[in-house]
Amino acid sequence: MRKLAASLALCVLATGCGPGTPPPPSDAEAAFEKKLQEQFLDAKPGSVIDIPAGRHSLTRVLTLRASGVTVRGAGSDKTILSFKNQVSGPEGMLVYANDFTVEHLAIEDSKGDGLKINDGENITIRDVRVEWTAGPSKDNGAYGIYPVKCKNVLIEDSSSYAARDAGIYVGQSQDIVVRRNRAERNVAGIEIENSMRADVYENTATNNTGGILVFNMPDLTLHGEHTRVYKNKVVANNLGNFAAKGTAVASVPAGTGVLIMSNPKVEIFDNDIGDNRTANVIIASYFISNFADKKPSEGYDPYPKSIFIYDNRFSGGGDSPDGLDWKALKVSMFGLNGHFPDVLWDGYVDTKAMTNGQYPAEQRICIRNGDVEVLNVDGPHGFDKPKVGKEEYQCDLPKLAAVELKGKA
Amino acid sequence: MDSRVRGNGAALKSLVLCAALLAGCARAPQPVHFFAEGKPAKLSDWHLVEAQGGKLAPNADVVPYDLNTPLFSDYAHKFRTVWMPKGTPAKYDAEGPFDFPVGTVLTKTFYYPRVANEAGASKAVARTYDQTPDFAAGSAGALDLSKVRLIETRLLVRREQGWEAIPYVWNAAQTDAELARTGDAIALELVDTEAAKGDRDAAHPASEREAFTYVVPNENQCAGCHVTNVKAKRIEPLGPRARHLNRDYAYADGKANQLAHWSEKGYLSGLPTADLPRDADWRDTTQPLEARARAYLDVNCSQCHSPTGPANTTALDLRSAATDLRRLGLCKPPVAAGRGTGDRLLDIVPGKPDESILLYRMLSNEPGVMMPEMGRNTTHREGVDLIGQWIAAMPGNCDA
Repeated sequence: MRKLAASLALCVLATGCGPGTPPPPSDAEAAFEKKLQEQFLDAKPGSVIDIPAGRHSLTRVLTLRASGVTVRGAGSDKTILSFKNQVSGPEGMLVYANDFTVEHLAIEDSKGDGLKINDGENITIRDVRVEWTAGPSKDNGAYGIYPVKCKNVLIEDSSSYAARDAGIYVGQSQDIVVRRNRAERNVAGIEIENSMRADVYENTATNNTGGILVFNMPDLTLHGEHTRVYKNKVVANNLGNFAAKGTAVASVPAGTGVLIMSNPKVEIFDNDIGDNRTANVIIASYFISNFADKKPSEGYDPYPKSIFIYDNRFSGGGDSPDGLDWKALKVSMFGLNGHFPDVLWDGYVDTKAMTNGQYPAEQRICIRNGDVEVLNVDGPHGFDKPKVGKEEYQCDLPKLAAVELKGKA
Repeated sequence: MDSRVRGNGAALKSLVLCAALLAGCARAPQPVHFFAEGKPAKLSDWHLVEAQGGKLAPNADVVPYDLNTPLFSDYAHKFRTVWMPKGTPAKYDAEGPFDFPVGTVLTKTFYYPRVANEAGASKAVARTYDQTPDFAAGSAGALDLSKVRLIETRLLVRREQGWEAIPYVWNAAQTDAELARTGDAIALELVDTEAAKGDRDAAHPASEREAFTYVVPNENQCAGCHVTNVKAKRIEPLGPRARHLNRDYAYADGKANQLAHWSEKGYLSGLPTADLPRDADWRDTTQPLEARARAYLDVNCSQCHSPTGPANTTALDLRSAATDLRRLGLCKPPVAAGRGTGDRLLDIVPGKPDESILLYRMLSNEPGVMMPEMGRNTTHREGVDLIGQWIAAMPGNCDA
């Protein structure tokens, strides 16, 4: 009990010199916010909420509960919703609705997630910028653009900067297109987690800790599969990891291009992936994450299976991995001036799914990418016998079907 | 203004006229007025609870009630009432909210005891659990407005198409509350009036004052808690359920069990004669720690953290009925906590409250970190103590 009281005292102290009470809004700001809040309360199917150009300071999350609504600004560099003085939220915009479109606006400095859409169908996010303007910081919200448990999701021509978790994060959703977006200075640039059927293409992910992540986490009802990552630029994602411990992305090493964790049926092709200094591609199981020593939940498959990597343009990278262990491994295997191969694999395999030490053909990790080699770091044996290979990964998997969104071009 | 509100103008005008006429004979009791649609501008339009003669009193047939364990709302005291049209009782349900008839109106008035010797306009309000002095002597069920400061009254109205949430904020003169669809933010200062009793420790010195912003939710934020099924998207009452109501209340004509009283009054049908569910009173230390902690989590968290709630994205289930310990957070990694983890790895680590994310988020009062996400801007110290003790008493560990 004494320990508790002490931690409580600490907390009281911490809050005393914490963010403090933000300044009260001016009369004009308060009037603008009240009117905007009323528009969100009164919205009905077919409503268009037009938000004029300008920097609008808001104190409270904008919550929408009516379906069939469009929220539209004058451009992601013109209509700016600033939540720097937010007292209630924690999101910037929170949507529980179907047939929702948000476009041409920016959400800045929300205390929690920037734009969260929970349990909606037919969602379009277009030319939306979410940004924490002070740059990467431990005070930033977790996700920039965050549809979760949604179906039929289009995110295009949007951007996210400096999210403390993932910039563009699609969680527990189905039928997803993420295209022509930009993600920069986030821990994870773009992340597809526990989701089914996602096409991620023509995006730029640069200067994040990790560029594009395809994850499956335990405990969730939807186990993701079928993700295609293609025609993206995933370049120089070397930002120091600033995620909170305990989050899944806290274990992502700085310098990660594309990371597949515990996710089956992933196809990575026709991308430009370069200068990611730990590795351009990492294929990992849940066991390499920061929860490796914790009990996983029942019914969860922690292994990446049916992974197909082909026809990407790799350059640079792997030359300065994050963390002492990785650095030591790199130096011992490839020398001071050497670099890891383009693909790193933690080496954990699901022995129950194997026959004679081999996965069935359709569950293998296959690579058809010219001279690209794989470093199996031998995670299961404490990195005892890491091994570079190429021939054993030369195989093909049936191509995954393109994602078709209902009613969208 | 949408057309619905504008369309209601005529009704409002006639109501204002009516009120003006009534002013001449202020004491004439008006029956409760159920508005089948629209949002009346003033709380007094409903004649449910009204400020008159220095008291906030419920109208005839407006029945006050309490819960075994209430939601924490920045130490606000709450005065809850239920009213139903005659002859249409709510139908009993053992688990969910009762099936209330169209016409039901629930009110919940949030208020604070005033601090002695503070000016009338002071931001200071008392941090205390003692509600006895709030009530006017000699008239049971009425709040003494010289002792308390009224903040807001929230209505849940059962209409043909479902429940609607309508928030009202009390004026400075404390004569009436006005419609506040977009909510409000009120600067207050909590003062520890119980410090004098010597039950505080070094962490809570006697002179302590805590400034905070009391946030009145807007209508869509009301739904943030009251929509407990994210698919159905319907607003539902949270408090009036059997397990929360199953306790005594000191009515004007004596103490009685609330469920029995509702039944007797014709407000509840189908009440079983035995085996009524009952959640613990979280402050009653004669009850088991486990029961108190689970009751606390149920009321404060499970409206979102249930298999159907908006936070089912996190796979955390904090209902008192939850039996799967992993879903309850035991050794469970967070899903989308962001900086809310406080650099801790798991929701609950048995025996280790200081390593449990759940407790970290209860301790914080910063949007983006704190849980619940809304409804409070201060830390509930006694709630943190309770859940901390509960986690500390758990056996086992999370190692693989």
